[in-house]
Amino acid sequence: MAHKWGMTVDLDCCDGCGACITACHAENNIPTVGEGQAARGRAMHWMRVESYWEGEFPDVRLKFRPVMCQQCDDAPCEPVCPTYASSHTDEGLNAQIYNRCIGTRYCANACPYNVRFFDFFNPAWDKPLHLQLNPDVSVREVGVMEKCTFCVQRIQAGKIDAEAEKRDVKDGEIVPACAQACPPKAIVFGDLNDPESRVSRLSRSPRGHKLLEDVGTLPKVTYLERQTQV
Amino acid sequence: MRATENTMAADLLHPLLNTSWRFYALVIAFGSVVASGLAAVSFQAYYGIGVWGIHNPIYWGFGITNFIFWIGISHAGTLISAILRLVDAQWRRPVTRCAEVITAFALMIGAMFPIIHLGRPWLFFWLVPYPTERLIWPNFRSPLVWDFFAISTYLTGSLLFLSLPMIPDFALVRDKTTGLRSKVYGLLALGWRGTTSQWHRLETAMQIMAVAIIPVAVSVHTIVSFDLSMAPTPGWHSTIFAPYFVAGAIFSGIAGLILAMAFLRKFLHLEKYLHPIHFENLGKLLLTMSLLWGYFVFSERLVVWYGNDAAEMPVFWATQRGLYAPLFWTMVTCNFVFPVIVLSIKKTRTILGCALASCTVVLGMWLERFLIVVPPLSRKYLPYTYSSYWPTPVEFTILAASGAAMVLLYTLFSKFVPIIAIWEMKAGEHPSPELEPVAQQERRLGETHA
Repeated sequence: MAHKWGMTVDLDCCDGCGACITACHAENNIPTVGEGQAARGRAMHWMRVESYWEGEFPDVRLKFRPVMCQQCDDAPCEPVCPTYASSHTDEGLNAQIYNRCIGTRYCANACPYNVRFFDFFNPAWDKPLHLQLNPDVSVREVGVMEKCTFCVQRIQAGKIDAEAEKRDVKDGEIVPACAQACPPKAIVFGDLNDPESRVSRLSRSPRGHKLLEDVGTLPKVTYLERQTQV
Repeated sequence: MRATENTMAADLLHPLLNTSWRFYALVIAFGSVVASGLAAVSFQAYYGIGVWGIHNPIYWGFGITNFIFWIGISHAGTLISAILRLVDAQWRRPVTRCAEVITAFALMIGAMFPIIHLGRPWLFFWLVPYPTERLIWPNFRSPLVWDFFAISTYLTGSLLFLSLPMIPDFALVRDKTTGLRSKVYGLLALGWRGTTSQWHRLETAMQIMAVAIIPVAVSVHTIVSFDLSMAPTPGWHSTIFAPYFVAGAIFSGIAGLILAMAFLRKFLHLEKYLHPIHFENLGKLLLTMSLLWGYFVFSERLVVWYGNDAAEMPVFWATQRGLYAPLFWTMVTCNFVFPVIVLSIKKTRTILGCALASCTVVLGMWLERFLIVVPPLSRKYLPYTYSSYWPTPVEFTILAASGAAMVLLYTLFSKFVPIIAIWEMKAGEHPSPELEPVAQQERRLGETHA
């Protein structure tokens, strides 16, 4: 049976440490744009931790929400791309084909989550960071869009390993960088087509909700959060 | 003093046969602005589009604003000229070619923007369906691909519509000149001899083109509006966008036409041909469109405000009384308050009044495009990503260069082609040229035909 990769993020566990952001940068060769460009709003984080204050002082509470590409089943970014650079894979991922991207940036405008990032310049890394690039992930050149891939290189590696051993991919065998780095283990990744996988069971939790569910994008990321009476 | 057939040809061919220092001054001045714009585009292509002010999540800024604005301006010509031809409005005769030229040049300038705004503009041809060994076609679900078809159809149609009635005038220039010039215009005249069958074919072709070009023109700005309204972005995702854009396009187009005619009248001394009545009639059209535009803005704003959608309201308030409010209210003043006052009062509906109103309308319509493109992106759903946009000098240079390119192309065109269709003017003279002055033959908009 085909896979359908999904993720859950437990907001009750998340303490906003940002380890997922760092891990994502290291794994996916995401350029560090530098102070000046970051101040102009061009910082690139495929994964970001949004923080929101709730309540009135002094009774305030800080809430965190890690946001990455929601890998929507009905993704607004896909139909608008004139060159099929943004397209759906058989396993339900929203793939971004860098070589095919001409940089209309239409996908980013259509994305309700603002999780698509653009290479405004050719990427550069401060020495010695240029030595730590991940050989499994292509470095993107100027003028293309990029975004969270659910660490597709790790998914492929996991599938190849399983195939070599003539077995199915085991639940929990494939772990994206953010989930691997998360200290409270708030992020869980797996196959939604396997009803017994951990991510499937968590997705069905009554604590679960999708981000901007009413936009109708059918995200594959489920956020878990205790519902409180306000 | 009135124009007879002979003085008419002499007057209207005068700019072609005589070159004043003002022509060179104009070409050098505007040519250098265009050159600086080309330098800015090269700079941006070399370093990356990061030299613009756009950033996450405001990925479209001046580039798409200018695109929509210029495609809007292009609706002046062909559409107005086609409608006036079809209803056989006699006062159209000196106006049609000035108008059609605007369409051709504004389309060329506008169509440049989706290309130069690309992250990798050298790969723009991937938007074009062409046979390739990789068998990859563009994505026909994408409104940007629809744009390609709409704009290329409209450009082809407008160029045909513009060039068909130029043939008899080219033949006239061929006959009035000698040497190389006569040979060049002879080639352009395509062997025109003025026989009855040639006239008949020309008239038939113009009728077909006039009917065909109207739906094309309407579809073009509809599809441009789809670029925005197809995305589920609050402030863009609206069913009113298609007619709203078409009305706005015709509105800005008429303003552009009035401005161009006012300058032509002044600089090429065409007072005998472009009468106050032409400006008054176009001024009334502009007034109508201004009222229509006001109606569209009102109904669009009212529905958003009354609907009170959680995602729409931040965009609404950002434009009504937030960051973008000064621009919004300037736009309303420029597009509605000022033109409606000036153009409603008969005393101020003069050439100067119409030209001033057109100036504010052109400015206001550019602001309208900006306010449609940018605020929705800066207030999109998650408040964590709210942002604002400030353009860089590179973007201002490109904007200025696009305006200068319009003036430059228009100047060059009126240098090489009679800007008023001589044969159409002559055709309008018959059957009784001596009975009454031309100015009184013209009909006011709304008068019934005798």
